[in-house]
This record gives sequence, C-alpha cells and structure tokens, in this order.
Amino acid sequence: MKLPIYMDNHATTPLDPRVLEAMMPYLTDKFGNAASRNHQFGWDAEAAVEDARKQIALLIGADPREIVFTSGATESDNLALKGVAGMYREKGDHIITCVTEHKAILDSCKHLEKEGCRVTFLPVNDKGFVSLEDIRRAITEKTILISIMTANNEVGVVQDIKEIGKIARERGVLFHTDAVQAVGKIPFNVNEMNVDMASLSAHKMYGPKGVGALYVRRRNPRVLLTPIIDGGGHERGMRSGTLNVPGIAGFGKAAQIAREELEKEIAEMFRMRERLRATLERELDEVYINGDLEKRLPGNLNMSFAYVEGESLLMGIHDIAVSSGSACTSASLEPSYVLKALGVGEDLAHTSIRFGIGRFNTDEEVDYVANRVIETVRRLRELSPLYEMAKEGIDLKSVHWAAE
Amino acid sequence: MAYSDKVIEHYNNPRNVGALPKDDENVGTGLVGAPECGDVMKLQIKVNAETEIIEDAKFKTFGCGSAIASSSLATEWVKGKTVAEALSIKNTDIVKELSLPPVKIHCSVLAEDAIKAAISDWKKKHE
Repeated sequence: MKLPIYMDNHATTPLDPRVLEAMMPYLTDKFGNAASRNHQFGWDAEAAVEDARKQIALLIGADPREIVFTSGATESDNLALKGVAGMYREKGDHIITCVTEHKAILDSCKHLEKEGCRVTFLPVNDKGFVSLEDIRRAITEKTILISIMTANNEVGVVQDIKEIGKIARERGVLFHTDAVQAVGKIPFNVNEMNVDMASLSAHKMYGPKGVGALYVRRRNPRVLLTPIIDGGGHERGMRSGTLNVPGIAGFGKAAQIAREELEKEIAEMFRMRERLRATLERELDEVYINGDLEKRLPGNLNMSFAYVEGESLLMGIHDIAVSSGSACTSASLEPSYVLKALGVGEDLAHTSIRFGIGRFNTDEEVDYVANRVIETVRRLRELSPLYEMAKEGIDLKSVHWAAE
Repeated sequence: MAYSDKVIEHYNNPRNVGALPKDDENVGTGLVGAPECGDVMKLQIKVNAETEIIEDAKFKTFGCGSAIASSSLATEWVKGKTVAEALSIKNTDIVKELSLPPVKIHCSVLAEDAIKAAISDWKKKHE
C-alpha cells in the first residue's frame, strides 16, 4: 500500500491509465486543429472529437449532436444559466435553484440577479432534499429555468431528478442539472429523467482536467442558448474556441469506461463505503452521518465526529487525503454552507469529514483510513474540553460561551 | 495550509494535557471560545498562595492544530511564572514563537484570553 492515500474523489479523480493512453496520440503526432477541414491533421483531430462525443452521448442516453464541449463544468453551468437567461429574456426572467448547489450555479444566479433576473433559492430538508412541492409552488408565468443538481458534491445526496424534470416539462419550463458528481457514478439518462441540459466534467470521472460538456436538448423541447464566449462559432455556435482535442479524447475514453463498468463500480464503491462506515460507527461513539444515507452516491461518506475539530483531525491523518466542512479549511472561514443548509449545527459542521471513495481505492486502504481516523479521533477527544464536559453530563447547549 | 514545525511538534506532543480539580481554591480555570466558532480552550493554573507562582498548568482544546499548539505553548510559558508575569504574556509572543500565519492569529488571541480568564477565576476565589 502506497502513502499518502487519496480518498477525496469528489474534488477530482486520478486519470485512468487507459484514458491517458487514449490521449497520447493527440498530445504528440496527431496535434491537429479539429476545425481544420482540409488536411489529415484536422481530420484526425475531428474524428477523435466526434468519437468522444458519441461516447459521452451514449453514457447519458443523448444524441451526439446534443453534446457541447466546454472547459469544464463551471463553464457549462455558466453557459446553461446565462445562455438561457439571455435567449429567453422575452419569455421570462425567473430562475429556480436551491441553496446547496455548487458555487458555479449560485454565483451565476447572483450575477443574473444583478442583471435583472429574479432567482428563487429553494431550501433543502435535513436529509438534503429539495421539496417537489416547493418547486411546483415556486413556478410562475415568468419562470424560464429550473436548475437543480443531481448529486451534491459534499454530502453526495441524489435529488429526484426524474420527478423534477417531469414538473418542469408539465409547466413548460426548461430544466438544467449540474450532473458533475453523478454521471459515471450512478445511472443517468437525459430522456428517462426529463433533463433538458446537464453539466458534465471529465476530471470527476477519471478523465483529464480542463474539459467538460453541456448536454443541450435538440428536440422536445429544442433548447437555444445565447453563447457567453464569442468567436469562431464552434460547437453549433454555442461555444467558440479551438477544441481541446487531447482532453476531449480522454473525456470520451473516460465516458466509455464509465459506461462499460458502471454496474460493477457502483457495487464496489458501495461495498467499500459501507465497510468504512460500519467500522467507524462500531469503534466511535457520537459520530453522525450528514445527508440521507439511502439516496446517496455510493462512494460518498460525510460524517461529523463530535467534539473533534475537522482541521485538527485532518492534521492527524496527514497521510490521507480527504476534506472537511470545517471553517478552518475554507478560504472564507465559514463552515460549509451545504451542511448549514441541511440544518447541521455549526458545532457539528466544524467536525465534519468528507470521504470520497473512488475507482482506485482498495479494501486495504479503506481499513487503513478507518484505523487512522479512529485512533486520531480518540486522541483528539482526550484533548477536547467539549468531550470532557459532555462525558460529565454537561449540556453544551446550555453553557454560556465567552465568545458568543 | 502548511504548518510550521513548531505547530506540528506541539500538535504531535502537546504539553500539559489534562485537568486540575476546578473546585480547589488554588486552581483557576479559564474556558474561552465557542463550539460554533470551531475553537474552545480550557486552561487551568495551580497557584501557590504564598508566592503567587504558577506551579502547574493544564489544558484541553477543541480547535485546529494552531489552536492546540497555542494553548500547549501557553501552559508551558505560564508554568513557573508569577501571576503578574503570566498576565504580561501577549498573543503576539505566541504568534512569533509558533510562526502563525495571519488567518491563525485568532488562535493566539484565544490562548491569551484563556490565560487571563484562568487568572481572573483564581483571583475571584481569593477576593
């Protein structure tokens, strides 16, 4: 077993060696521009791009012509929201989203608010779900778009996309989903799930960084977008800019592998996640799972270890790469807004750790991680005045804290 | 974020972890911070009533590595000092000793507050 262990697969995933192999020709001899129409270099590049487009379309049940390549999911989210807001301005100006979305969605919405759009940020319940009834109620005559993520990047909770899509369709509103964490990890089909637009990212599914895609439905309904980047009119005019051919080739290979191995991988991720969860819950008291456990990405475990501050826990397990919802680990010095939205108290948010199990983790690694976490939590609890007070039977909520 | 060697050393080998009997009249207890803020320090001192020298100090801290290191260092520094001398310890001294980055200065402030709170608790018992 090699240290450090990578178990932060929601942040990014390692490049699958098979993906690298598929990319290599386009990083070396086949360096052509896919838009060069009159020589072999261009044709080779274009063929690679079209093959990748097919693979990505197959993975999500789309038509290849519905795949628009971008620089990544942040751009895809921006293009979907700003593109719809721009194109459908005459129809309406209202967007519905929810508070646990990725910053690429939330900040695009805030940008659009400044430009005169109205945005409804729906809450989630304590399990992390947005209510279908809330969505129905929020729709007005002016609503042009609903954007709800498929799976959350922190707590791994999977929304009822199919039903949300159904509501959107019934009411004639476009439906976008940030599917970055879901595609390649759980079954995802744009037709079965009534999705009109979906943001995807290669590096979350063992592909390279710097390449993503936006699925844009072509019929029933046909979605039109105002581009946010002007230029040579690539990607059906929706996204100008020379295509990242090696990245796209890698994305295509990653999509192919994900589709072929999805079933096996879901079972494996789930098995390892449950192994980790069972060990931690058996050996430690006062640990809490954040978000619903059933409708959840198979590789995600987000857990709070009461009385142990997250950053100090990360410091104790420095040979393991995971992440924390603690304020101290974020640039803003605020604890995770996602956990806050779920109603997790700030005290417990500070103690949360996100484990993201991926394709290349092993049982041996899972056991090592579990043991290191257990021993570090025990050590830090010995050091924690809160644990001591709790064991003495003091209700921490009743204490008057000097800093409040 | 990269930690200084001294922070890592205190985190791995914290000094004076534990508790003193808080009802002892020679013991002063300071509890500062709040769980919602991600930092709570409990610092205790045992003072010789005659000489006013701090003979023992213990701490427990809920917080990041820098908070643990700041309180560990604080217990080291107050031990052997008189109460008056301990009151002169400044958070900036802790920042310097542990090479804390700007985002961690609040940890040192909390450690200074913990020392002052423990001394004030001890003084209250002797009023």
